[in-house]
Amino acid sequence: MLIYENIRLALFSLKANKMRALLTMLGIIIGIASVIAIMTVGNSITAYVSDTMSSMGASNITVGLQQKREEEETTREGMSFGGPGRMKTATEDDYFTKEMVENYCETYADSITAISVQENVGSGQITENQLYANISLSGVSLGYFLANDLNLIEGRFFTEKETNDGKMVAIVSDKVVNNMYDGNEEKALGSIFQANINEKYYSCTIVGIYEYEESAMGFSSSSEQDITTEVYVPLKAAQSANHSSGYSQFTVVTKTGVDPDSFAESTESYFNAYYRKNNNFAPSAYSMSSMVESMTEMLSTITLAISIIAGIALLVGGIGVMNIMLVSITERTREIGTRKALGAPNSSIRLQFIVESIVICIIGGIIGIILGIIMGSVAANLMDAPATPSISSILISLTFSMFIGVFFGYHPANKAAKMDPIEALRYE
Amino acid sequence: MEKKKVIDMKGIKKRFYIGTPNELEVLKGIDIEVYEGEFVAIVGASGSGKSTLMNIIGSLDRPTEGTYFLDDVNITEAKDHQLSAIRNQKIGFVFQTYNLIAKTNALKNVEMPMLYGKVNGKQRVERAKELLTIVGMEDRLKHLPEELSGGQKQRVAIARAMANNPAIILADEPTGALDSETGRMVMDLFHKLHKEQGKTIILITHSPELAEETERIITIKDGLITGERKGSGKQC
Ligand SMILES: Nc1ncnc2c1ncn2[C@@H]1O[C@H](COP(=O)(O)OP(=O)(O)O)[C@@H](O)[C@H]1O
Ligand SMILES: [Mg+2]
Repeated sequence: MLIYENIRLALFSLKANKMRALLTMLGIIIGIASVIAIMTVGNSITAYVSDTMSSMGASNITVGLQQKREEEETTREGMSFGGPGRMKTATEDDYFTKEMVENYCETYADSITAISVQENVGSGQITENQLYANISLSGVSLGYFLANDLNLIEGRFFTEKETNDGKMVAIVSDKVVNNMYDGNEEKALGSIFQANINEKYYSCTIVGIYEYEESAMGFSSSSEQDITTEVYVPLKAAQSANHSSGYSQFTVVTKTGVDPDSFAESTESYFNAYYRKNNNFAPSAYSMSSMVESMTEMLSTITLAISIIAGIALLVGGIGVMNIMLVSITERTREIGTRKALGAPNSSIRLQFIVESIVICIIGGIIGIILGIIMGSVAANLMDAPATPSISSILISLTFSMFIGVFFGYHPANKAAKMDPIEALRYE
Repeated sequence: MEKKKVIDMKGIKKRFYIGTPNELEVLKGIDIEVYEGEFVAIVGASGSGKSTLMNIIGSLDRPTEGTYFLDDVNITEAKDHQLSAIRNQKIGFVFQTYNLIAKTNALKNVEMPMLYGKVNGKQRVERAKELLTIVGMEDRLKHLPEELSGGQKQRVAIARAMANNPAIILADEPTGALDSETGRMVMDLFHKLHKEQGKTIILITHSPELAEETERIITIKDGLITGERKGSGKQC
């Protein structure tokens, strides 16, 4: 009963001094908001990392192209001409050629299980009569299915002949079958569909159906009907559609027992030989595990930095609360004297001001949590990750705010409780 | 039938700044007895120690020397939390400066002693309304102190002093900050509480006319009782 009265009283005195209360809460708000924000983003990134880890496989190596550092002379020139970092785009001439990759595979046949290459043609729609399905058309090498653990539920992968000839045969998702063929897989297999991609029409024969898996990152707002799924055709078919022949990037699935990190190094130096004469680009190879590692490392560094900032903000916030409570009890000295004259025991006075301090901190904490979730969600959205504010971090924040309230409110409250009633009543 | 002694004080001394060169003896040995249902006035020059005496009577302060029984409880030996309970249950203070709790309406102000006395919510509100009706403030229940005139504030304060039905009401210059007309109204209220509810009232006042209306007048000079005589006990 007294607690309820005290909360009412505390809210009342906050209402009377809104601006002051808000300024006092600022440290708490900033501290809690940053903790919640980083937790929210951190959760998303962790989900992303582990998702990547499991879908790409930790033993995979990604080989790509990296812009070469400019020679010293050109750098100086570049500086004088408007800053460094002029971005170049890799063109067909820079790409890895089929021969390079084939030679590489032969050289390291003992270490390589498969090469996975993906060439995107574009996104569009399969349409027939009133029916439609959103798709993204990609050409892939056979190794792609191995590297990505695709679950084929009906039909087959491409044959060697289809792969070599670049036939327009397709492996589609079960979503496409649901949308176009009423979920009838028998009917879908062998059917020919028309896909409209960037104003061009492609007709393909369905040879396989895979199970669409919503990735942890696939937090899409679209309905079941509108989900975009991949349609796979042989790599060569996509290359002829794109009029290209090289690969800008590919993934190597290593054999078990091969150390991905050292193999990535060997791979990089192998391809370096081909790029000595290329002024702009150099090959780079990363193992999936090293990427995950550096990502996790970066994340924990950021988390640590923000936690330190949050800790300082909370400490400053707590001191601010203590300060304002001291001001408040000085202002209300006569009130304290009066309450004591009316028979308030010291414990009631102490409780009154501790509750007031807790209420300030918890309101600050709640505002901080709301701001933190908003900030975290915005950041997660920017990174295209699902925002997952954790309930436990919210509860911990609330408990922590309360603890700050008690910790920094105790001294002022105790000072009020121990005031001599006469001195307090005589206070001018 | 002999009346009960509510206040029994012997040899009360009060010194401030003890052990410093500024040591000041404000009360120099006071003996007072007050019986149940009495209406007593304490008069004396400013600085003579009236408020200091009142604070000791109200158990807000402890005497440096002497014995004091309030309603048969030995105040000089009571602990702090016992004094709080005594103030809450047996004493009703009325101050010159009203001392209503700011930003808290009349009803809540009157409820406050009952809150500390652990009276339940419904009873509190009922009793507070009843008391505010007695002092003629029933139509200002939700008004804040800053919205009330001096006389109205003092009436709320008197209602608050009555909240836990205390044995004694202590009023330290309750009309000191009021004009004579409003002061009259407040004084009438004390008469009413004295007659209708049989309250024991101790009143400190500067006004000889008001003192004359009480039953007994005690004069204090430089921390000593210098005179005691009967008043008319009549309300004018
Ligand atoms: N708490 C205190 N500390 C120090 N001096 C005090 C205190 N209370 C009262 N005094 C002193 O005691 C004297 C008597 O004060 P008080 O009892 O308030 O007189 P009165 O009410 O008769 O005007 C004054 O000189 C005052 O300064
Ligand atoms: Mg005085």
